[in-house]
This record gives sequence, C-alpha cells and structure tokens, in this order.
Amino acid sequence: MSAVASRRRGREQLDSPARPVAAGPVKKGWRWLPFDPWHLALAPATLLLAAPLLWMLLASFMSAQQLYKFPPTIIPGSLHLDGYRFLFEDTEISTWFLNSLIVSSVCVVANVLFCSMAGYAFARMRFRGSGITLGIMLATMVIPFQLTLIPTFIIFEHLGMIDTLWSLIVPSLVTPFGVFLLRQFFLSLPPELEEAAYMDGCSRWKILWTIVLPLARPALATVAVVTFLLTWNDVSWPAIAISSEAHNTLPLGVASFRSRSEQNPSAIMAANVIATLPVLLAFLAAQKTFVRSIASGAVKG
Amino acid sequence: MPPHRRLVERVFGETPSAWLYLLPAVVIIVGLAIVPVFWSLLLSFQDKDPIAETTSWAGFDNYRELFHDEKFRGAVEHTITYTALFVPLSILGGLGLALLLNKRVRFIGVYRTLAFVPVIVSATVQGVLFSVIFDDQVGVANGLLDKVGIAPQPFFSDGRQALLLLVLAGLWAGTSCISFCAVIFLAALQDIPRELTEAASIDGARAWGTFKAVTAPALAPVTIFLLLWQTVQGIQLFDLVYGSTAGGPGDATVVVVYFIYRSIRESAYGTGAAASYIVVAGLAAIGLAFWLGRFAVSRRGRGATA
Repeated sequence: MSAVASRRRGREQLDSPARPVAAGPVKKGWRWLPFDPWHLALAPATLLLAAPLLWMLLASFMSAQQLYKFPPTIIPGSLHLDGYRFLFEDTEISTWFLNSLIVSSVCVVANVLFCSMAGYAFARMRFRGSGITLGIMLATMVIPFQLTLIPTFIIFEHLGMIDTLWSLIVPSLVTPFGVFLLRQFFLSLPPELEEAAYMDGCSRWKILWTIVLPLARPALATVAVVTFLLTWNDVSWPAIAISSEAHNTLPLGVASFRSRSEQNPSAIMAANVIATLPVLLAFLAAQKTFVRSIASGAVKG
Repeated sequence: MPPHRRLVERVFGETPSAWLYLLPAVVIIVGLAIVPVFWSLLLSFQDKDPIAETTSWAGFDNYRELFHDEKFRGAVEHTITYTALFVPLSILGGLGLALLLNKRVRFIGVYRTLAFVPVIVSATVQGVLFSVIFDDQVGVANGLLDKVGIAPQPFFSDGRQALLLLVLAGLWAGTSCISFCAVIFLAALQDIPRELTEAASIDGARAWGTFKAVTAPALAPVTIFLLLWQTVQGIQLFDLVYGSTAGGPGDATVVVVYFIYRSIRESAYGTGAAASYIVVAGLAAIGLAFWLGRFAVSRRGRGATA
C-alpha cells in the first residue's frame, strides 16, 4: 500500500519541476560556488543537446552568403528572411503542411475513437474469443514494420490508394498500443458507476460516451499525443507509398527538397523549422502529457 | 438484467455487440499486420517477372542470392556496426543524463525541457540538419574545427565517417535518442522512494555505494526494456539515412531497411521480402537471447533470496 503511494508520488514528480531544496549535502571543496555545483554539468549537457536545434533556428534566418563563406558562420551578424521567402514562393510547402495536418489529425481522432471502442470491449464486455483476440493484437505490437511493408504496398496498390493520402491514413487508424493502453486504463476504473447506469437501462454505447470516456481523459491524451508524434514524424512508409510531389507530407517534402537544392541551405533549414514547429509548440504547451506519454509505454512494459 | 434488453442480446450475450466495437481495430490489424506477415513469407519464396507480370516459385533462390549479394552483406554489416555503437552509447548517455536531471537544483524544469526537446524532432529533420551541419564544404562543424585549429574533415563524403555521423545523429535526436532513454530512466528513477536513497546515505554509503545498492537494481527492468527497444530501433534504422545520405557515398551507409526500400522501388518484391525475413530472424534470435538471459537472471535472483 505504502509502496504504491510512494510510486504515485514519484510519477508526479517526473514532470513538475522539483522544488529547489535549500542546501543539499554539498560536497566539500565546492562551497565557494554561489550555486549548486551540479549546474556545471547540467547546463553544458542540456545546452549541447539542444544546440543543433537552436542552430537550425538561427541558420533558417541567415542569408546564403553567411552560410556559404569559409569558415562558416556560427552566430550571424544580421538576420534574413530569404530562406522562408524562397520556401513559400518556390515550393509547395503549404500543401505538404496541409497534407501532414490532414493525415495526423484524422489519425488522432480515429485512434481515440477506435482504440476506445476496442479497449472498452476488451475491458468490460464478456464475449467469445476475447482472450485470443487480445493476445493476437498484443503480438502484432512486436512485428517489425519492414515485414509488413511489401504486402501493404501491394494491398494499397490494388485498392488504388497508393500515392494518395488514404494510403498514409488507413494503416494508422488504429494502433494495438492504443487499444492495450486504454484497456488497461478502463480496467483501473471502478465498475460500480457503469453498473448503476447499466441497471437503469443505459446502453453500452451511452455508458462509454457519457461515463467512461470523460473519466479517461488522461489516457486519451496519451493516445492522442503518441499518435500525433508518430504520424507527424513518420517517413518510412510515406517514402514508399507516396511518389508525387503534391501528396508529400512535410518530412517527405523536406527530404526531397534537400536533395534537389543543395544550393539553398537557409531554405532547407527553414523547411526543417516548419516541419518541427507544430510538434515543438505542442510539446511546450503540454510537456507533462508528452513526457508521461513517452514514458508510459516503457516503464510498464 | 432489465427485461427490455433486445432479443439478440438475450440469446447470444454480448458477443455480437462486442465484435461491433472491435470491428475497426480487427479489420485494420488483421488486414495490415497479420495477413502481410504471412504474405511476406510467401513472397520471399516467389520470383516475379516485372515484364511478363508472371510469378513463379523460386524456393530458396531469393535467400541464396541475398547471401551472395555484396550490397546486402554490406547493408547487414552497416546495420550491425550502427546498432553495436548506437545501443550502448544511447543507454549509457541516457542513464547519465537522467541521473543529472534527477538532481534537485534550481531551474531543473528548464534543464529538463532543453534535454527532452530532441525526442520530438523527426529523424528526417535530424538527418537533413546533420547533413547540413557536417557538410564537408560549408558545414558549421568544419567551421568550429577550424576555430580550434583542426584540419577540415570529409564527414559525409567519407564512407566510414558518414556511418559514425549517422550514429551521432541517432544519439542526438529522434524517438530513440539519448534524451528518449533519459525520459525512461528518469521515470524509473523517480519511482525509487527518496527515503531509500536518503537512508542509504545516512547509513554512510558513498554516492557509488548508493547507486550500486539502491539505484542500479531499481533500474534493471527498464534497462532490459531499453536494450531490447534500442536494438530493434537500431536494426530498423531508415529515416536518418533517408534524410541525410540516401545510402551514399557509394553504398557506404545503405542499411537493411534502406536496402528493402530500394528493392520495393525496383519492384523486386521477392528479394525485399526475403531480406526482411532475414532481419526478422536476426531480431528473433536477439529476442530469444534476451528472454533466456532474463530467465537466467530471475532464476538466480530467486535462488539468492530463497
């Protein structure tokens, strides 16, 4: 019992910045420092990790001259918008952005809906074949994607969906991860509320929508975040399924744009910034949910 | 059960409606995960004539050809090199970072944000970014080297260095980078009750002693998970290569999945399917080794406590 409680407490600390403790057991020899000596390791390590991204942002505002002289510019003296201007005038980046947005948002909505339905059926309904179906679904989580690549390509070719956004949307409509995560969450809810509603003649569907899903918001957020992150950044399947410029998603567009225009590094960096920005903003706005979502799969697995 | 429940439900229980709830998930997962697995196996034994559009039974020909294919052997070699470097470095780096981020100091929230941001960067963007930073002509990396007086390096135009740079890029950002490992380790670290580490240090344990007696055992399960996860990620490497080198220079950075990608583009489905089954056989062997290792560890552990 107490172990569980402290476990809970630990999980909450993960995202909330730890309260600075007055003075921990600071080692002798470091007392002359006006701050905790751990800053000397933390600041360089974290800055180093973020450095390529910060430079990417800087470089997107540099001119070709600044980027093309030797030795190359690290910190620019002046900022330019050439890269962005070129990107929006001479490429289809807005189409790529829209494509990515369509694919990701349809997948997020579909995952939340379909994974809830399947997860709820597994958690609360008694039916023939439930055990084996769940087992098979779990097993598919460990199938390496390259194994399914070629047949999936052939299937979509026969359906006439190859090189359309449908080929990107359909495979990601449901993920076994989401089904399993929501099943676990629904199982952790007390069944009494639902039982009362059931006795009053409420249908399963209505119980799911009005009682269960509102309680499952944190788990639904995790499913949404993971789906968004994976679909927005995915390139392995899109690289195979999509061949025409007009149906590129952002990462595809960025990669194809890079190989075509070695001569315009600031535009390449600007494209990178645009591809990263939506996820970055979402991350900064909901860091807690992101970190919890990323950790949720692993710590329990 | 209230009397107005429908007749179907009274006869069959909830089975029909449960399957309705499951329908979308089952259709997608059976259609696009289970069927393809077996279909792939079938394809790997077939040979497709791209001109006549006929398929013929090839037996083990595809596999045999792959074993003699220099390009495929190169791809396997590169994948193994990448994974062998990437897995230990990412896990050790992630552990170190997580231990740092677990300190209770001022601004720890800012540090965590900075350290976690790389996880959300797509591997393609990362590949593109690194190929620009490490460009042999105008890359900012050579500019930095020049500042400290080191001769410019060929970086991505040299096969060996290109592969090492891919490892570096993989460690730096994406869903399997150092930061990702740190997120996982930090979550596990914070599951350790503070009282435990405090008690150890009050008992006079030094930092290393506390780590060995309290922290390391608590991190063992996630470390096993990460070993497995990172290995799988390393073997499935694709997007970094796609975003940076596209397999070059020459074929120096063609990894297995990139090889499969090329065979799909060339409509050589049989070869691609056989290649993926070879990879899966490798993965299965690793998984089995892990499972056996874990089994041995848990048996030894039980023996010790008994």
